Amino acid sequence: MSERFRPAHADAPWARALLAASAVLVAIVMLVLPLAAVFAEALRRGLPVAIGAILDEDSLAAIRLTLIVAAITVPVNLAGGIAAAWAVAKCDFPGKRVLVTLIELPFSVSPVIAGLTFVLIFGAQGWLGPWLQARDIQVIFAVPGLVLATIFVTFPFVARTVMPLMQEQGRDEEEAAATLGASGFQIFSRVTLPNVKWALLSGVLLCNARAMGEFGAVSVVSGHIRGETNTMPLHVEILYNEYQFAGAFAVAALLALLGLVTLAAKTMLDHAAGRRAGGAA
Amino acid sequence: MSATALLGRRSRVAPVPGLGLTLGITLAWVGLIVVIPLAALAIKPWELGVAGVAQSLAEPRVLSALAVSFGAALLATLVNLPLGLLLAWAIVRLDFPGRRILDSVIDLPFSLPTAVAGIALTALFAPNGWLGAPLMAAFGWQVAYTQAGIAVALIFVGLPFIVRTVEPVLRDLGRDAEEAAATLGATRPQTLGRVVLPMLAPALLTGAGLAFARAVGEYGSVIFIAGNVPMVTEIAPLLIVIRLEQFDYAGAAAVGLAMLVLSFAILLILNLLQRRLRRGRR
Amino acid sequence: MSIEVREIVRRFGATAALEGVSLHVARGEFVALLGPSGSGKTTLLRILAGLEGSDVGSVRIEGEDMTGVPARERRIGVVFQHYALFRHMTVLDNVAFGLRVRKRRPSAAEIARRVRELLALVQIPELERRYPEQISGGQRQRVALARALAIEPRLLLLDEPFGALDALVRKDVRRWVRGLHDRLGISTILVTHDQEEAMEMADRVAVMERGRIVQCDTAEALLREPATPFVAGFLGEATRLDCHVRGGVAHFDPLPLPPLRVTLPDGPAQAFLRPGDIAVHAGPGPCTVRALRDAAEERARLVVEFGGVLLDATMAGGQPVQRGASCRMALRGGILFGADGRRADAEPVVRVLAG
Repeated sequence: MSERFRPAHADAPWARALLAASAVLVAIVMLVLPLAAVFAEALRRGLPVAIGAILDEDSLAAIRLTLIVAAITVPVNLAGGIAAAWAVAKCDFPGKRVLVTLIELPFSVSPVIAGLTFVLIFGAQGWLGPWLQARDIQVIFAVPGLVLATIFVTFPFVARTVMPLMQEQGRDEEEAAATLGASGFQIFSRVTLPNVKWALLSGVLLCNARAMGEFGAVSVVSGHIRGETNTMPLHVEILYNEYQFAGAFAVAALLALLGLVTLAAKTMLDHAAGRRAGGAA
Repeated sequence: MSATALLGRRSRVAPVPGLGLTLGITLAWVGLIVVIPLAALAIKPWELGVAGVAQSLAEPRVLSALAVSFGAALLATLVNLPLGLLLAWAIVRLDFPGRRILDSVIDLPFSLPTAVAGIALTALFAPNGWLGAPLMAAFGWQVAYTQAGIAVALIFVGLPFIVRTVEPVLRDLGRDAEEAAATLGATRPQTLGRVVLPMLAPALLTGAGLAFARAVGEYGSVIFIAGNVPMVTEIAPLLIVIRLEQFDYAGAAAVGLAMLVLSFAILLILNLLQRRLRRGRR
Repeated sequence: MSIEVREIVRRFGATAALEGVSLHVARGEFVALLGPSGSGKTTLLRILAGLEGSDVGSVRIEGEDMTGVPARERRIGVVFQHYALFRHMTVLDNVAFGLRVRKRRPSAAEIARRVRELLALVQIPELERRYPEQISGGQRQRVALARALAIEPRLLLLDEPFGALDALVRKDVRRWVRGLHDRLGISTILVTHDQEEAMEMADRVAVMERGRIVQCDTAEALLREPATPFVAGFLGEATRLDCHVRGGVAHFDPLPLPPLRVTLPDGPAQAFLRPGDIAVHAGPGPCTVRALRDAAEERARLVVEFGGVLLDATMAGGQPVQRGASCRMALRGGILFGADGRRADAEPVVRVLAG
């Protein structure tokens, strides 16, 4: 009897098999094949050529610049994200919903528009352009512009991952800590932070991955000066447009590896966070 | 003394400290990075005057680029709705070897840099690519360097948004509603059509909104596969870049502003639609 | 309709949820499945509804074997624990659902008429346009009931339906549901872990323990003649004490309680002393009053401490007592289970007061 019994919420075995097969097919065609193509193209002329392309002087400069941009962007958005999440989740003030909307806004703004806005302010014909030019300060077509555009694009990641969790956890524990005499910083570091650390780490990872991989926004503000304002994704574009496919895909493969590591780390983090939540329930 | 005066006198005690500091940091951060730059975008085009903005936007090349961007984003979102639902269903409801891997792989478009995705999809769908060659041979379809290519890139970029918004709702749905429908005599298709799908509809709509917003502004993954032929496969963000390269700041800002206004209008409509769907539900 | 459950076995992996359960429900009868969580009562209910399969055994409704009949064809109305109302439908659409998904669906006018009738029956006609989230818990429960009744069920299953209601509402709703049952005459099975609810509502109560029905009888019979120590301990408010039988007399030493006469073989035994078995008299004595209940009534209930043990007892007479006062106590009887599981009623050896 048990073999014949099918729960009311389950579909027929053939339907389940068909659904699973189509899901796997969609994932392979839309997600796995593109990734495989990157590595296949990178290795088409052999591993030494790929490694040579990455160790090229301009590529190394691009890698260095990408690391610098990420190293500035991530801490800025981490601090801002934590502050915003704390203010929104643990305190009351008027205009909260407007603030949340503003924080999420960069997600629905095209990266190109993000880059554009900074050109409008700091560019040669921008609001501050003449003033900056008079003092010989370069923002656009220089590292500061790259950093600003990247901060805009990766702006919501930390806040968005931590805020809902903090809101869900409510204020009970923080209020309890306050009645026990903890200072604001003690409450944060000893009560709030341990509760959200996995989500925080996951937000940082996503922020970092996007910061290193951002293309549209930095493309607008960079000026594509080889060895100076070229980040890795921009370098990929230059090599690709110069028909240096092996080099383009080699650098792309490095970026893809970064994406894969992020993905694996995030999966592990979600797992850790899920297990903790499950254990607490 | 009036009641309001009394209320006003009540000392406002914040149970959890730190509002001043964190709100200060937040406002500075949001103001400098988001509000001021977007204000610049909103103000800049009007240097041309109202007529100038209208003229700048009425150029056939601009109209075509906007149509391509929004049309392809809409098409990609419509394709992504069933695909996203399928993947979410597979992750939550089915058990098969590789399900966990599938679950992780879905986030790939989130963590793969767009430029990488762009050249990868181009290599894949080029006339001599792994998928491009068979499609060409079997149906005579060319995907790369056509509008279809743009749609493919936008499907890639938008897919996880729908999966990840539907997934938690599907998980929360539990078996209760479906079991209740069964005890009331509903067949499986009736249960899916009348109970499950309507319950997922708000989440599907939210995911579609996110995917659409992302797709409209997408640049990196599209420009490699699009071919970028003016009036045919030129997307609006590329037009902004081109105008900037010609130092036409106001013209570029006009296109940017038009894109933002259009996509927010569409998101607003989606939001209203969703509110209708949700009516009565909190 | 009569329901016949025979020798149902259901295992989840290595653990058995049901181990050979049999149950007969007569036409129009109201039976409660009562047991602690994990005793298998919900699994049994789900098997009856066709939401779960059984490994062995059969379910027959009016003689018809239900094996292999899917839930949707059983015509069994279920009120789920959390009601499982369809959030996206109005109250009216929820109740109409079962009529609209029928193969031969009635006309729209007929459906509307039937739904109004049902909403009137459950006394919420004014709510038909509301959504589940806009109404109270008690109202939701009425909607769930109306929805289950809409399919003209042969059997009504209620899965802990009152758990989500607050205590005041619960009492009213309980009586109202039982009244509705009496009016409609539909055989009903109620799953609950609340003995008061089971005994007040049901004609018979089936007590479940670890996947078995250990006793199924009227509330009175369960209290008077519990079949096992589990039933004796689970129902009522008896205090369980270990004792030792020697020559037809049960001794409680080292507790200084008076012995009880009982016809059990020599050896260890368990005694269940119900509040009525322990009579308390005011005045100086070896016991201390620790808590009082229904103090204003003639036979006030109280908790007394005696020799380090807390006992649920009844005031037998004399002056009213207060918390902390000392008192005397007598045993009027008790239910004893021998080591072999045999039950015997006990009575006092001599009618003297303890101490």
